[in-house]
Amino acid sequence: MRAFYSILWPGEPFPLASGMPPFFPDLNLDQVVEGLVAGREAEDLKPFFYTAPLSLEAIGYRQEVFRDLEHPALAEAVRRFIQGMAAMRDHLALAQKLYYPYQKASYFLEAVELYVQAVRGLARELAQQQPLSAGLRGLCGYLVEYLGTEDFTSLEKEVRGLREGLGSVRYSVHIRGDRVTVRPYAGEADYSTEIEATFARFRQGAVRDYPAKFSDWPEMNHVEAQILEGVARLYPGLFARLVALYTHNSDYLDPKVATFDREVQFYLAYLEYIAGLRKAGLPFCYPQVGKDKAVAVRGGFDLALAQKLWAEGELVVQNDFYLNGQERILVVTGANQGGKTTFARTFGQLHYLAALGCPVPGEKARLFLWDRILTHFERGEAAGDPRGKLEDDLVRTREILTQATSHSLILLNEIFSSTALEDAAYLGRRILEALSARDALGVCVTFLEELAALNEKTVSMVSAVSPEDPAVRTFKIVRRPPVGLAYALAVAEKYGLTYARLRERLQASSGTEGKP
Amino acid sequence: MRVFLLHEDRDFDPSPGWPEGEAALERDLELPVIWNAMAGGDPFVYEMARKVMFSSLSSDPQTIHYRQAVLKDALENPEELRRLYALTLEAMELEKKARSWFYGRSPGAILSRSLEVLQLYMGLLRKLRERAKAAAGRFRSPGFCRLFGTLQEELDEAYLRIVEEDLKGLRFPQGVLLGARLGKGLKGAGYTLLRPNPDRRSWLERILGKKPPSYSFQIPPRDEGGARALSELQDRGIDPVARALAQATDHILGFFTLLRSELAFYLGCLNLHEQLSRLGEPTCFPQVSPQVELSFRQLYSLSLALRTEQRVVGNDLEASEKTLFILTGANQGGKTTFLRSVGQAQLMMQAGMFVGAEAFRANLCCGVFTHFKREEDPTMKSGKFDEELGRMSRIVDRLTPCAMVLFNESFSATNEREGSEIAQQIVRALLEYGVKVFFVTHMYTLASGLYQQSFQGALFLRAQRLSGGQRTYKILPGQPQPSSFGADLYRAVFKEPLPGT
Repeated sequence: MRAFYSILWPGEPFPLASGMPPFFPDLNLDQVVEGLVAGREAEDLKPFFYTAPLSLEAIGYRQEVFRDLEHPALAEAVRRFIQGMAAMRDHLALAQKLYYPYQKASYFLEAVELYVQAVRGLARELAQQQPLSAGLRGLCGYLVEYLGTEDFTSLEKEVRGLREGLGSVRYSVHIRGDRVTVRPYAGEADYSTEIEATFARFRQGAVRDYPAKFSDWPEMNHVEAQILEGVARLYPGLFARLVALYTHNSDYLDPKVATFDREVQFYLAYLEYIAGLRKAGLPFCYPQVGKDKAVAVRGGFDLALAQKLWAEGELVVQNDFYLNGQERILVVTGANQGGKTTFARTFGQLHYLAALGCPVPGEKARLFLWDRILTHFERGEAAGDPRGKLEDDLVRTREILTQATSHSLILLNEIFSSTALEDAAYLGRRILEALSARDALGVCVTFLEELAALNEKTVSMVSAVSPEDPAVRTFKIVRRPPVGLAYALAVAEKYGLTYARLRERLQASSGTEGKP
Repeated sequence: MRVFLLHEDRDFDPSPGWPEGEAALERDLELPVIWNAMAGGDPFVYEMARKVMFSSLSSDPQTIHYRQAVLKDALENPEELRRLYALTLEAMELEKKARSWFYGRSPGAILSRSLEVLQLYMGLLRKLRERAKAAAGRFRSPGFCRLFGTLQEELDEAYLRIVEEDLKGLRFPQGVLLGARLGKGLKGAGYTLLRPNPDRRSWLERILGKKPPSYSFQIPPRDEGGARALSELQDRGIDPVARALAQATDHILGFFTLLRSELAFYLGCLNLHEQLSRLGEPTCFPQVSPQVELSFRQLYSLSLALRTEQRVVGNDLEASEKTLFILTGANQGGKTTFLRSVGQAQLMMQAGMFVGAEAFRANLCCGVFTHFKREEDPTMKSGKFDEELGRMSRIVDRLTPCAMVLFNESFSATNEREGSEIAQQIVRALLEYGVKVFFVTHMYTLASGLYQQSFQGALFLRAQRLSGGQRTYKILPGQPQPSSFGADLYRAVFKEPLPGT
């Protein structure tokens, strides 16, 4: 078997990007990444999402691991491992911080115990679940070896013994005035339950509770420490062993186990991020990634928007697109607020996520392995000096044209929209021609309908409106020649109050509520 | 100990309603006028009247009969009812001493305060028991009989004695004994209050015998931190007892609160009844009809009578198996008032109250909705017609088949042709769904359109107008007529003939 390096890289790892790729904000991938790492800030996962391997081997390696982790049992096993490791770190930090030696030792004991359980549990689950990916199989082999070492087994045994010993200690504390006495527990009866029984007759259902606020800091005060000292004198052998464990085992943590703990969160973060959307019925698929420019996607959608809508209880609209033969550039026109920008983002996001090795938003996808993604999105800023703005637009476009290769992905969104129509048409045409010459792949969102039929490389797509009520945006982008539009409002239909719509609505609701 | 005066088998618990719909009902049916009469100046009674009316829209006939019986008892024993209510107010006074005080205090403090407050509650409970004993023979409803029975059984003298003994025993003269184990980080955990074992050794054994191992220490007199830590430790042990006692006071208070709430509703009915009797207006206990029905004699609008402080015109109706009521006719002819009287009576019947009529029989509805034309809407974002449709759509979201919807001049914010068409489509869909529909309209296109469909379950009513143009405020059966009598009104207001007539 090949040596196990890392769950992210089949061979020696690539260097990680230090910062966010420049096109992230345009594609709202910055939002996606924020959502992905939310709750895992301590692990510093962002660089993993900023670094696309751009290698078919790595993409395949990761897709395999993803597929394995799609199995709930495996994902659950890894998640338990990660939780165990996180809890372990918390306990170690506390052991550092605490003052009384018995307490330090006790937190250390618990940290080691959590580690042993986490690693043992992961190894057992992996052996049982039989993962198919090279990544998880490699890890499994490594763990079997590690768990067999003498160091690990003797540590495990001592931890268990101490835990049982400490868990069975029972004592009593008698307080009278300022005098405190600690003794072993002698079978005295519980007084509170007797009192509670007397007053049970007054119960009226739930009432407010009056939980006293007791400090539950890990630290002890000196009275508690004196009581603990008393307990330690009642059980001297047990406490001596505890102190010995703490003194002799500071280097118990295995480095490969620690690396796996961080890297595997790349997968879990992504799967958890998309889990809610999947449950709501949105599909994700493993794309076929290659060097063929005939890309095709069924039911693709913008991941950032999908998350936002889902949080508001709505489902994002899915769209299809494809490029055939000579076709390279999707030119999108149509109604405002009709989903054109979202469409451009979808195109870019799917390609980026595919290159990371992730499952992508959509039912089915064949995507292109790009060398760089170049974007220029109109940001809708207050147009100050129109000439200055046009100049900036042109400078940025020139940069894109300089960098673009025949393997690049170009996404242009409403550039030149604040320019005079004639200028905009001219410039737009020139730029699309330049991109066509590069044979680059891309999307161009524009209000200039004439760009849609520029040459054999452009394909026209249109944001569609509902045929019954043109006021309703469908957010569907369809392959169709451009249409000029805007119809009147059909108000009653909009409110779902025509006879036909009402019948539908009332039928639907009687299915759930019924006649009381 | 249960109150159960509003439901046979459970406490009254207002269901979360639909605020927009309730606000519309309140405004369209002039319910605050009724609630004010019920309240007699007590805002708590007002609130209860409101809650009970709004959460009774899914009532069953048994609950209505149950409440009617309790209410009859209340109307026959007004003085006793008011005395019981006054007793619950005494308990509320104690509440101020207890409830707000407990929160956030230490268990030791809570324990000693609970002991004190419980002592006072015991006195109040004894009084309540005595009152129940005295009143027992004069109340006949199952609701009151059950309540008075429980009070006498559960608060028997023997039990109250045991409670008082326990209250004395919780002062810990021998110090506090706590049991514990080692918790997280070896801090003591699972503190429980223990009852010390009796020491059965003789004095000689005590001196010479082997002592169990132990370790003692003393907090130095100046160690304030240590003293605080020790008392917190002790608090951990007595916490469950303190909580149990604090909760016991809350339970008792909870009982008094429920008793007050449920009595408040009947007290409100009593107040309303007295006011209506003073005006000479009739009231009756309505009959729940198992079939679709709406029949009444001399039904009047309570809000109109209470507002004008005089007897008002009542109407009669016999309608079985009718689900569509179209009201047309003279402006200012009493159509809206009639609509209100129907809505008010329906709500009051379902709440278990009497209604403002000589006789009233109707089936139950599981939801009453009003869709009245709004004169102006300060929060209006869209056009008036948009607003009407939006409001209607939200009602549709909440409709169930046995609901009742009262329309008043709805969908008239657009021209008559469009408004009538949309209204007709809506009415048709609602009827097919099983909703009972009342529609006051001056849109002749709508009314005559529905009339021509000669739908079996439809009843057409008209506001009466005498030949001289004078209004009687009587609503009588009659088919729609092309004019809405606006001319009459014009004449009455401007005291001059219309140009051209």
